[in-house]
Amino acid sequence: MASEAPVLEMRGVVAGYGRLTILRGIDFVAQRGRLTTFIGANGAGKSTVFKTVFGLVRPTGGEILFEGERIDGLSPRARMERGIVFVPQGRNLFPRMTVRQNLELGGVVLRDAALRARRMEATLERFPRLRERIEAQASTLSGGEQKQLEVGRALLLEPRLLLIDEPSIGLAPRIVADVFALLRDLTDHGVTVLMVEQNVRSALRASHLAVALEQGRVALEGPSDSVIEDPRVRAMFLGGHVAA
Amino acid sequence: MIDFVQLVVSGLATGAIYALVAIGFALLWQTSNAVNFAQGEFVMLPAFVVLALIKAFDLPLWLAAAIALVVAVVIMGGLFKRAIVDAILPQGAMTLAIATIGLAVAMKNGVRAGYSAEAHPFPALFPVEPIRILGVGFSLADIGALVLAGVAIGGLSLFLAHTLAGRQMQAAAQNRDAALSLGIDVDRMALYTFGINAALATVAALLVTPSYLAKFDMGESLGLYAFYAAIIGGFNRVLGALWGGLIVGVLSNLAGAYLSASYKDGFVLALLIVVILFRPEGLFGSSEERKV
Amino acid sequence: MTAGRWRLLGVLVLIAVLLAFPFFLRNYGLNLYARWALIAAAGIGLNLTVGYAGQVSLGHAAFLGFGAYLSAFAIKAGWTMWPAIPAAALLCFVVGLALGFPALRVQHHYLAFATLGFNALVFLAMRNEEWLTGGNYGIQRILRPVVFGWSLRDSFSYAYVCLGVLAVIAAIAWWILRSPWGRAFAALRDNPIRAESLGVNVRAYTLLAFAIGGALAGIAGVFFAPLIGYIDPHMFSGLVSIDLLLIVIVGGSGRFIGPLLGAAVGVLLPEWLRFMGDWYLVAFGALVLALMAWCPTGLAGLPERVATLLRPAPRDPAERAT
Ligand SMILES: Nc1ncnc2c1ncn2[C@@H]1O[C@H](COP(=O)(O)OP(=O)(O)O)[C@@H](O)[C@H]1O
Ligand SMILES: [Mg+2]
Repeated sequence: MASEAPVLEMRGVVAGYGRLTILRGIDFVAQRGRLTTFIGANGAGKSTVFKTVFGLVRPTGGEILFEGERIDGLSPRARMERGIVFVPQGRNLFPRMTVRQNLELGGVVLRDAALRARRMEATLERFPRLRERIEAQASTLSGGEQKQLEVGRALLLEPRLLLIDEPSIGLAPRIVADVFALLRDLTDHGVTVLMVEQNVRSALRASHLAVALEQGRVALEGPSDSVIEDPRVRAMFLGGHVAA
Repeated sequence: MIDFVQLVVSGLATGAIYALVAIGFALLWQTSNAVNFAQGEFVMLPAFVVLALIKAFDLPLWLAAAIALVVAVVIMGGLFKRAIVDAILPQGAMTLAIATIGLAVAMKNGVRAGYSAEAHPFPALFPVEPIRILGVGFSLADIGALVLAGVAIGGLSLFLAHTLAGRQMQAAAQNRDAALSLGIDVDRMALYTFGINAALATVAALLVTPSYLAKFDMGESLGLYAFYAAIIGGFNRVLGALWGGLIVGVLSNLAGAYLSASYKDGFVLALLIVVILFRPEGLFGSSEERKV
Repeated sequence: MTAGRWRLLGVLVLIAVLLAFPFFLRNYGLNLYARWALIAAAGIGLNLTVGYAGQVSLGHAAFLGFGAYLSAFAIKAGWTMWPAIPAAALLCFVVGLALGFPALRVQHHYLAFATLGFNALVFLAMRNEEWLTGGNYGIQRILRPVVFGWSLRDSFSYAYVCLGVLAVIAAIAWWILRSPWGRAFAALRDNPIRAESLGVNVRAYTLLAFAIGGALAGIAGVFFAPLIGYIDPHMFSGLVSIDLLLIVIVGGSGRFIGPLLGAAVGVLLPEWLRFMGDWYLVAFGALVLALMAWCPTGLAGLPERVATLLRPAPRDPAERAT
């Protein structure tokens, strides 16, 4: 189907917090089944892009289209029902709840309890380690297990677009590789994945495409291997302290 | 020894009432970052609603209490959240805290100017005569207060732990951003906690007013004790606020009887200051999130 | 004229009005006026702590009380009130340092409760230590001073004494705020972590914010006892601390003029609006709510707030933000 609408399209999106404008006109298109990594300095607006796509931040200008339809007026919940799922930066678990309770909460937008149960079962199939620890408090999980739980919980909704913000924070390098491989695997099943990463070198190696943000604008975009070679990116991240 | 047991039981009964108010305080903080300095007045108002209903329509106590509960949930729950908290919280948590001090002043004096400045007797839920258990005399009112507060708190805990709505409320409290990202309606959950707070305050009013009498300023010391309880126990957990209430009730009773009657509040205050200095998250609180 | 000149003119007019005011007042009005001056002076002290250094305090009435009790002791001992001034300043400074310690550990509402707990303890001591304080009954018949045979006992003279206290405390606060200390306080309020990295000794300045604010209120308290003529613990309870905080915030915390405006709303207005009776306090509570919702900078910030509301919004908010 050559004429299939892109999964996500942002046209001149302007957004921020209160009177503070952070995104100053973002144009971006994501095609189905691609893994795109957003890079950029701290405060460039990467997280804000994701929050705007998910609906936690309201754009003051521009348009956002999901599978060809405007979504920028919808609530986060309505966007989730259409297949957009967001894993924010940082700690995303409910520390004093069990693994099972955390997973269940991932499915609150699914109204059908039986469907919720089936999806949970599928997630536990995929992450056997979570099944072993199903009754453990989330705060007692290791870093890798916590990330598995976060991603597993996000997959409960079978997203068509997954937004994941800095998944590698606090993880051992081997586990980071696992997470990236998992995301890449999702794209093979038709999921579109956008991720923010500070871990630029390995993230770009795992992804199809890359976008570099600078002060709320797209400074550079293209296939990951060309972006990784770009002298500006090299100067910005790969040689400097940011990639560390 | 018999004295001691009696003092502990009556301290627990008072403490359970503090706990009702402290738990509400903790819930508002956890889901909304709202510090409500008008908690004591939130107990005072339902007491006067009950009184006014009984006086105007000659209603039985239970019916007046039920109506007061609904009124409280609507006004001190929904209206408070929508008209005051939602309008002021964006300006900062401390600004809201100050605003609730203003609210407390307005509520107190509104009742004083609009209803009465006097102390009014209030019908007791439980008979006052003592009963004897194993040779020790207990006040039925104390036992009744303990049981009713226990039922209210137990019911709340079951609701929080075992219903999807309760879990979502906990989720909103434990990690707001994550809850938002899962499509949990955090604002609605916060609204529910405001309703629960109003309901708990109404129960506290029914239990405390028969002995405190209904007076416009009855919330001042009650509110303060509840705050102290919440901080001592730790108000990022419901359990912390519960324990805090019981500790404060028993401590002030025992200290008043055995150490110094005139300084009995002093022991609670000393404990408060020690906790704030050395364990700000509270004796039973956790420091993992929502650190100020 | 430049803005600075306008401001100078405003200050001069204000001083002239304040100086002329007592001529138009009778006994009752003079006492009220003196009370306003002292509450405003205590408010200036609290404003240093709350408005300029950003440390919430619900313990300020205790400092007022220290000053008042020391003054009563001194007068009853026949020493006149003057030695009470340095004594109150010193005591409140030291206690203020101690009260500052919780602020090193906790902030905001925790600090509010810690300081309120402190005030409640002081209240208990004032109430229970009858041998010293007279307990609930307090200390009666506290006479105003006579200086070199010149009596300051009549309300007219004493009103000017209190105005003088306000002037001196305002001058001290003004001087402190202009000094490097004032800038350190502001840095502390706006961003403690950055202040630390700029070399501000955050510990020391946090403690100082309480100590200086407390000492200024203590001095006001020394003059408070002879003004009223008697004192008792309820005049310095935690509820009074809450009133003082509201006064500063309603007036405009972090604004120099704030406590003067706030004290007027808290002390003078209720008298003019007597016909409202208890409803006055309902209106006051509502005013607090309204200000917090629309103008958290208080009455002093109201003109600017109105100006921003009237001015059309800037085209691109980003221009302002960067
Ligand atoms: N909730 C918020 N309120 C106000 N400003 C915010 C908020 N979140 C982020 N910002 C500001 O927006 C800018 C961009 O933030 P963000 O999108 O998180 O950057 P990045 O993820 O690229 O590091 C930063 O300057 C940050 O301070
Ligand atoms: Mg980010």
